[in-house]
Amino acid sequence: MPQRIFITGFGIISCIGNNIEEHLESLLQSKPGTGRVHYVDTYLKNELLVGEVRKTLEELFTLAAIPPTDGYSRNALLGIIAAREAFVNGRMNNCRELKTGLISATTVGGMDRCENYYSDFLTNDSRNAYIDSYDCADSTEKIAGLLGISDFVTTISTACSSAANAIMLGARMIRTGRLDRVLAGGCEALTKFHLNGFNALKILDKNPCRPFDQNRAGINLGEGAAYLVLESGESLGKTGNTPLCELVGWGNACEAFHQTASSPDGTGAYLAMKKALELSGLAPEDIDYVNAHGTGTDNNDLSEGRALEKLFGNRMPLVSSTKPFTGHTTSAAGSAEAILSIMCLQHQVAWPNLNFQERIEELSFSPVEKLMTNIPVNVVMSNSFGFGGNDTSLIFKKVNADIL
Amino acid sequence: MAYINGIGLISPQKTVDPTEFLPEIMEYTSDYLKCIEPAYRTYIDPIQSRRMSRLIKMGIASAKISLADAGCSMPDAIITGTGLGSVEDTEKILGDLSSEERFLNPTPFIQSTYNTISSQVAIQLKCHNYNSTYVHRTFSFESGLIDGMMQIEEEMARNVLIGAIDEMTMNHLQITRRIGQWKMEPVNNLALLETKSPGALPGEGAAFFVLGTEKRSSTYAELKDVATCINLNGSFRPEVVLPEFLAKNELSPNDIDLVILGVNGDCKYDQVYTHFANQFFPGKAQAWYKHLCGEYHTATGFGLYVAANILRRPVYPVVLHLNQVVPGKLRNILIYNQFRDVNHSFMLVQGC
Repeated sequence: MPQRIFITGFGIISCIGNNIEEHLESLLQSKPGTGRVHYVDTYLKNELLVGEVRKTLEELFTLAAIPPTDGYSRNALLGIIAAREAFVNGRMNNCRELKTGLISATTVGGMDRCENYYSDFLTNDSRNAYIDSYDCADSTEKIAGLLGISDFVTTISTACSSAANAIMLGARMIRTGRLDRVLAGGCEALTKFHLNGFNALKILDKNPCRPFDQNRAGINLGEGAAYLVLESGESLGKTGNTPLCELVGWGNACEAFHQTASSPDGTGAYLAMKKALELSGLAPEDIDYVNAHGTGTDNNDLSEGRALEKLFGNRMPLVSSTKPFTGHTTSAAGSAEAILSIMCLQHQVAWPNLNFQERIEELSFSPVEKLMTNIPVNVVMSNSFGFGGNDTSLIFKKVNADIL
Repeated sequence: MAYINGIGLISPQKTVDPTEFLPEIMEYTSDYLKCIEPAYRTYIDPIQSRRMSRLIKMGIASAKISLADAGCSMPDAIITGTGLGSVEDTEKILGDLSSEERFLNPTPFIQSTYNTISSQVAIQLKCHNYNSTYVHRTFSFESGLIDGMMQIEEEMARNVLIGAIDEMTMNHLQITRRIGQWKMEPVNNLALLETKSPGALPGEGAAFFVLGTEKRSSTYAELKDVATCINLNGSFRPEVVLPEFLAKNELSPNDIDLVILGVNGDCKYDQVYTHFANQFFPGKAQAWYKHLCGEYHTATGFGLYVAANILRRPVYPVVLHLNQVVPGKLRNILIYNQFRDVNHSFMLVQGC
C-alpha cells in the first residue's frame, strides 16, 4: 500500500510577513503587503507595484542567523529563512536516520546579485564569490548544507509552478518509498531581470492587482520563500509529529499551447486539477476552497476561470487568489499558496480576493470578496501555473481524528 | 527500471544519426567543444525556428530524433534537465540591463526560462501530459531520469521523454574560468589527459532519451537505476552508498563489466575518479567520454548514450578506453560522475 503524505510543518516569508504568525495576522486583517519598489534598484521604481520583503540584504542575514558572507544572494537568504522555520516546526532535527530530502524550486536563482555584478564578472575578479550564486542549485545547496539534509537534493524550475512541482515530487518520492520525509518548496527574490522581463511582456499592473475582476490589468510581482515538511505515515510514527493536514492529490499537465499564454479554454489547468482530484479519490463537490493561480492577467484568469467552471460546473467552491496580498512570488508561489491554503483548513477560513469589484463577464462565478471565518473547510485545492503551460494542482485535506 | 528505446543526441561529435555510433572522431583544439548542429528544417518549421535560440533548436531536434528512433509519437511525460538553460538568452538580457535599463525585447526573457525546451517540445507534439524541468548542476539530468523512472513505476507512464541540455558561450566561459572551472587556454580534446593542469575542457550537448516499459527492436539497453548523492561536509560515503546501490539491483562491484568515468582532464578532481575506480573496481575496464563532448552540467547524457550504444551493438571503441583492460563480456555498465566532489551520481545500465 503506498505511503500517505502528511504535512507536519511549514515556514514562509513574503511581503506580508517574515514568518507564519505574521502571515496569519496580515491575512486575518485583510492587509496586503504590496507597495512601490524600494529594494530593487530599477528604473521602473516609481512605475510598478510589487510585493517586496521589507528587509535589506544585511537584515536578511540577521533573520537567517548567519553572518554576512560574500556569495549569498537575496534569493538564498529568503530560502534559508523559510526553510529553517519549516525545519524547526517539523522537528526535522529529530530522527536523523530517516531518509530525508530537500526539493527546492527557483527560476531567477541568484540573479538579484549577479545582474548587478555582471560587468564585473566579465572584466575583473572582484565579484568572483558570486559567480556560483548565479545558478538555480546554489540556494538549494546552501539550504541543504545549513540544515544537513543530504539523502536527496534537487532543484526544479517550471517557472511559476516550480514550487508546486517540488511539493509534488516530494510526495511521489515518499509514496514510492524512496524517502521518509521531504522539505519541499521554493524561493524567489525580485530582480531587475524578471521585473523587466514581465514588463516587456506588458502583463504588469501599475496598481494593486485585481484577479478575477472584469477590469483586471495584470500582475504585481512579489518575492519570498516557502517550504513544507512532508512525512510518510511511517515517519510520523517515529517523529511523533502531529500532522497539520494530508496531501491527498497532485496533478501536473501541460498546456502545449504557447510559451507564455494560457489556452482560452484552460486545457492545462483543467487537466492538472482533474488529475489531482482523481488521485485524491474525492469528488469535485468535496473541494471547499480553491486558492487559484489568479495572477490578475486578462489571459490567466479567464482561462483558469473556464477550467474551474468545466471541473466544478454549477457547484463552484469558494475561490480566491491571494496574490493581491503577497504579489506573485513566481517560483515560490506554489509552496507559499499551498501554505495559505492549509491555513484555511487549520483556521476554518477562506481568504478574500482583495480588490475584486466586478465579475468577469464571460464567467459565471465571483471570488470570495471578504474574509470568511467560522466556515467548514475540509478540503482545499491550490493551483499554480507557469510559463510554458506547466500547470500543477495540489489538494490538501484535514486529517481525520481516526489516524491521530 | 526502464528500457532505453530511443536516443537523439546533438554533440560536438557526429552523433545526430542514431544508426551510427561515433563513425568518425572529431578532433578540436579550442576553448570549448561546440555542437555540430543539424539542418533544423528537417525537425522544426523554419517559420517557428526563426526566433528560437540555438539551445532550444538543439533541444527540439534531439527530442524529435529520439522519438523517431523509438517509434514513439506521444510520450506520457516530458522531462528535461539543464544546469544553465539558455545561456545565450540570459546573457542578452544581462547585457541589455548592464548598459542601460530600458524596455527589453521580450523574446530572450521568454526563452531564458529553464522550462522552455520541455514546453516547446510539448507544444510541437501537442502533448498535454506530465511536464517538468530539473535545474540542479550535474544532478539535473539524473533528477529527470529518477522522475521518469518513478513515473513508470507509478504506472503513470509507459513512455517517457527525458532530455539533458546545456550550452556554452564565450562570455560564460570567460566568467566561469575566473573560478577555476576550466582550462585557461585552448587544448586538443584528444590529448586532454596530457595537459595535467587544473580545470576541465568545457563542452555542450542536447541528448534526449525515450524510456519505456516495453522491450522492442529499437531497445538499446535497460536503465536499471540512477542515484544522486550530495557530499555536504563528508556526507557522501561511497563505501556505503555504492554497494547499497548495486545490491538494490542484485549486483555487486564484481558484476560490473565496465565503469564509465566522468574524467574530464581537471587534475584537481580527476583523482576522485582514480580513487573511486581503484577502491571498487580494481582490474576492471574503465572508459571515459568527456574528451569527446567536453564537460557541462548534463554531460552524463553523452555518457548514457555511450553506455547504451556499447551494450546494444556490442562494441567498445578504443577512443573510449581509459585503461588497457578488455572487458570479458559487456553486460553491466556503471556510469559514475562527480562535480567538485560535491555532486556524485551513478547510473546502472544493463544489456538486454
